[in-house]
Amino acid sequence: MMDLRDLYQDIILDHGQKPRNFREIDHPTHSAKGHNPLCGDRINLYLTVEGDRITDVAFQGRGCAISTASSSLMTEVLKGKTLDEADQMFRAFHAKIIGGEAVEIADTLEDDFERLTPLEGVAAYPARVKCATLAWHALEAALKAGGKVAEPVKTE
Amino acid sequence: MSKDSDLHRQPVSIAPVSRPAFDPRVVKRDFPIFRNNPDVVFLDSAASAQKPQVVIDAVSSFYERDYANVHRGVYGLSQRATDKYEAARETVRRFLNAKTAKEIVFVRGATEAINLVAQTWGVSALKAGDEVLVTELEHHSNIVPWQMLRDRIGIKLVVAPMDPTGGLDLAAFEERLSSRTKLVAVTHVANALGSVLPVEAIVERAHKVGAKVLIDGCQAAPRMPVDVQAIGCDFYVFSGHKTYGPTGIGVLWGRFDLLDAMPPWQGGGDMILSVTFEHTDFNEVPHKFEAGTPDITGTHGLAVALDYMEALGRDRILEHEERLTQYGEEALSRIPGVKLLGAGQRRLAVLSFEVDGIHPHDLATILDQHRVAVRAGHHCAQPLMDRLGVPATTRASFGIYNDESDVDALVDAIKAAKELFGR
Repeated sequence: MMDLRDLYQDIILDHGQKPRNFREIDHPTHSAKGHNPLCGDRINLYLTVEGDRITDVAFQGRGCAISTASSSLMTEVLKGKTLDEADQMFRAFHAKIIGGEAVEIADTLEDDFERLTPLEGVAAYPARVKCATLAWHALEAALKAGGKVAEPVKTE
Repeated sequence: MSKDSDLHRQPVSIAPVSRPAFDPRVVKRDFPIFRNNPDVVFLDSAASAQKPQVVIDAVSSFYERDYANVHRGVYGLSQRATDKYEAARETVRRFLNAKTAKEIVFVRGATEAINLVAQTWGVSALKAGDEVLVTELEHHSNIVPWQMLRDRIGIKLVVAPMDPTGGLDLAAFEERLSSRTKLVAVTHVANALGSVLPVEAIVERAHKVGAKVLIDGCQAAPRMPVDVQAIGCDFYVFSGHKTYGPTGIGVLWGRFDLLDAMPPWQGGGDMILSVTFEHTDFNEVPHKFEAGTPDITGTHGLAVALDYMEALGRDRILEHEERLTQYGEEALSRIPGVKLLGAGQRRLAVLSFEVDGIHPHDLATILDQHRVAVRAGHHCAQPLMDRLGVPATTRASFGIYNDESDVDALVDAIKAAKELFGR
């Protein structure tokens, strides 16, 4: 039996139960909805981008511990990043979780990327991968659109 | 097949008193999946049931000994396959107590059956403004086909609400019935909650306003005796894979006069009498609804599965499911923080629940690590989930091979999940 503790590490349980940046941003420059139709998980992601830098990022919604913790951790590591850095982190995180080819990131991002390590346990649970990537897919959609995305982003 | 299960093969009519007591632990030995996965606690039969050895053997033996296309060849093998195919129709007739085997149409499953009714009977008998009445407890397969029909010909889809206990609000249902109601399409046993609907009362009220009644029997057919003549409905559908039969085969039962008046659905071989480029004479009921080479082997497998259930005794299967349901209800109610979703006046074989502070998907992952297989999600009933105000639930459901120890394993696994989550 795989140890459930590899998946549900304390940091995941903590962020799952007490998500950070769990609020709405009044006038976001970017926003997107994430919807996981299979689970019913829904998140609203809000970003304030000034110039090419994310000055604020927050989310609301409901989902499982994995998707809530992943959203929460994502908001923590994204604050202060440039759009390009955010995109690098999305690609690197996505590759890591789905078991794809590793994506290089700038050295300056390594420490923050490390903070996402607790989510890597998800890779061993294929049915749960989309829980961990939901917020990141919403992020990608918002950044790609360069503003507000009305249609919910789906992970599958 | 094991020796023990041979006991169940005795025809019921010989000596009912001598029938051995229904023992799910003995029944379980008929199912090789549990031999090959001895530690799995399978609580997802509402999604699909496991297959007994007799069904598995029947399918392979059919290919090995009797296979050929049906209704085509004059050679012996084809005749034999045809005989078995038509014998399966008679088995299903008995299973539902239909008047004649001509009323049995083989389809891929309940979903296809409902789509068939919507696209043939619906298109020919209904017109814009007519109403189809469903309930909030329906599976998507008894919602979406009617929405598609609505968008095609302009019927109105009316929804009867459930009551606060998870049953059908019969008074509200009656309020929505009128001379505009042409069809009532309801589930017999709700897949997401396990609520048993009062189908006889529904039929009586629907017929009073002249509406036809279609019943989705997916969860009822595997678990209780079904008598379509006693229920009095007009269509009854179920899926073979939930009645311990193969996937890909299912049944539409319809009253002969209705089926006879319905236009065919798909065109092709088998559903015709004669074809020229100018004109086609369609075959008779039920063949006019069975275009193309059917799932011959699956049909045979289904018949064997239904016979297997009959031999166990459908009354006793019902007793077993009710006993286990009650045991499960009580066991889950004793765990603090577990909320069992209501199933109205009568619950059968389905326990849909929430655990305080643990999302159903986290719970299902943890249960899976404890080898307890349950369904977590919206159970193909998103409108019902919206009504309940939950994104998803965890659902444990029973089959003939489950016993109290499976419920106990579920309880232990829920407790472990609560511990992990500090709840």
